Amino acid sequence: MIRFRNERTSLTNKAMPVILFLCAATSILTTVGIVYTLLSETIRFFTIVPLSDFLTQSRWNPLMAPKSFGIWPLISGTLLITFIACIVALPIGLAAAIYLSEYAPRAVRKIIKPILEVLAGVPTIVYGYFALTFMTPLLRSMIPNLPIFNALSAGIVVGIMIIPMVSSLSEDAMLAVPRSLRDGAYALGATRFEAVLKIVLPAGLSGVISAFVLAFSRAIGETMIVTVAAGATPKLTLNPLDSIQTMTAYIVQVSLGDTPHGSVEYGTIFAVGMTLFVITLILNIAAKRLSLRFREEY
Amino acid sequence: MEALIEINELNLYYGEVRALRNVTLGIPERSITAFIGPSGCGKSTLLRTLNRMNDMIPGTRIDGSIKIAGTDIYSNQVDVETLRKRVGMVFQQPNPFPKSIYDNVAYGPRLHGIRDRKKLDEIVEASLRSAVLWNEVQHHLKRSAFGLSGGQQQRLCIARALAVEPDILLMDEATSALDPISTLKIEELTQELKDRYTIVMVTHNMQQAARVSQRTAFFLNGELIECAETQKLFANPSNPRTEDYISGRFG
Repeated sequence: MIRFRNERTSLTNKAMPVILFLCAATSILTTVGIVYTLLSETIRFFTIVPLSDFLTQSRWNPLMAPKSFGIWPLISGTLLITFIACIVALPIGLAAAIYLSEYAPRAVRKIIKPILEVLAGVPTIVYGYFALTFMTPLLRSMIPNLPIFNALSAGIVVGIMIIPMVSSLSEDAMLAVPRSLRDGAYALGATRFEAVLKIVLPAGLSGVISAFVLAFSRAIGETMIVTVAAGATPKLTLNPLDSIQTMTAYIVQVSLGDTPHGSVEYGTIFAVGMTLFVITLILNIAAKRLSLRFREEY
Repeated sequence: MEALIEINELNLYYGEVRALRNVTLGIPERSITAFIGPSGCGKSTLLRTLNRMNDMIPGTRIDGSIKIAGTDIYSNQVDVETLRKRVGMVFQQPNPFPKSIYDNVAYGPRLHGIRDRKKLDEIVEASLRSAVLWNEVQHHLKRSAFGLSGGQQQRLCIARALAVEPDILLMDEATSALDPISTLKIEELTQELKDRYTIVMVTHNMQQAARVSQRTAFFLNGELIECAETQKLFANPSNPRTEDYISGRFG
């Protein structure tokens, strides 16, 4: 009798999809877990502090009397840092990507790419001390009266940190644009830069926008640099020369302190975390839509 | 014969590989010259030297000269963008930009500084008419070029090339990715264009060369074997290797 089954194939065919599914499910379960923790603690927090106070008051001072729970100073601090970081990172990152994908000879690319990757792998705490001990003194030599802890220095260094991400993702997006489109532009008498500006960049725009948004999210969520260099004084301001506090830095501050579990002060970090989560989520959805709208098929 | 393009003792190297060997060839104005030969014989490489698309490939080196209307196109008096404006090119695969039909054709004129809307409209219409595509697309110029069929896309690419008013049009196996009916349309189109433009085409298809061109050049291993009136080259080639190739003994 001819056998059409054997133990090896039937076992792997049954077992492998299950194992692989479990691995894939890990990330989903983690997300669910995070959302559950955040949500339950946040809801508990808002049974004590009214949501309206959280959203309308303009002072954030939950740890000392007189207490006040207005989230806006933390949001403004976070956005200020993110804004400065993007002003630094998006133009430089994009320009680097254009250089690497369109201009750089192979030999130069071989040197620059690994360096950029090293830059991306530097622990953020190192960037934090780079901001505090290099960038801040540098800025203070140019801007008198600049406080030691300030948004500008931290924001610039967050920007430097995300440059490799912007450039590497944008470069991937541009390299994915077929060579034939560039040839078409060159054959009509376009210079390299004209081909980049009018053909390559528009064709790769959805990828470039995704790169921007990822970088933006990364800047919003950045923790160590701002904890070290931006200060711990929540303030409703858009002045980059002020000392501020971001949402992430506040969470670090409370987590490291001796705030008792279950207290209102402890609850604030979940409310702040939830706010951060919602902002990033909205951003990601917006980015999806944006990149679909700008999508050019090729 | 007064030649518009004069290629003289041209050698081209890709690194160590010598892809063209001592090619000397004159190409007359306002007619179609076809380059034929087996794959790797250098015919496409030679075509791409005429608008310097080979410049893009690192490690490419040439010696000898190519003159167009008396000017050496590799001299430093010539800037490559202006050269390419005068020497248009259509590629093997249709490569429309991911833009509307209108913007595809208007891309070149805009590049060269034409901003006036009315002028652009005129150029787009005239170019699409020259490429015999106007009647098919005149009511949806705003639609994406990717909605067109392969043959229409290729005619769009021809219109795009014509829109910058070149003197010379290079066609690099422009019909090899198309079906027979689209191919026929492009061939008919070349017959209409040859009175206004100097066309140089590379083709794999000997029948096509015989059908459309006035002169044919046969290449083998980077060398020009023979160049003659198309009728003569196919009926009565003077080199035995040409005869072997056109009678199907190899290639």
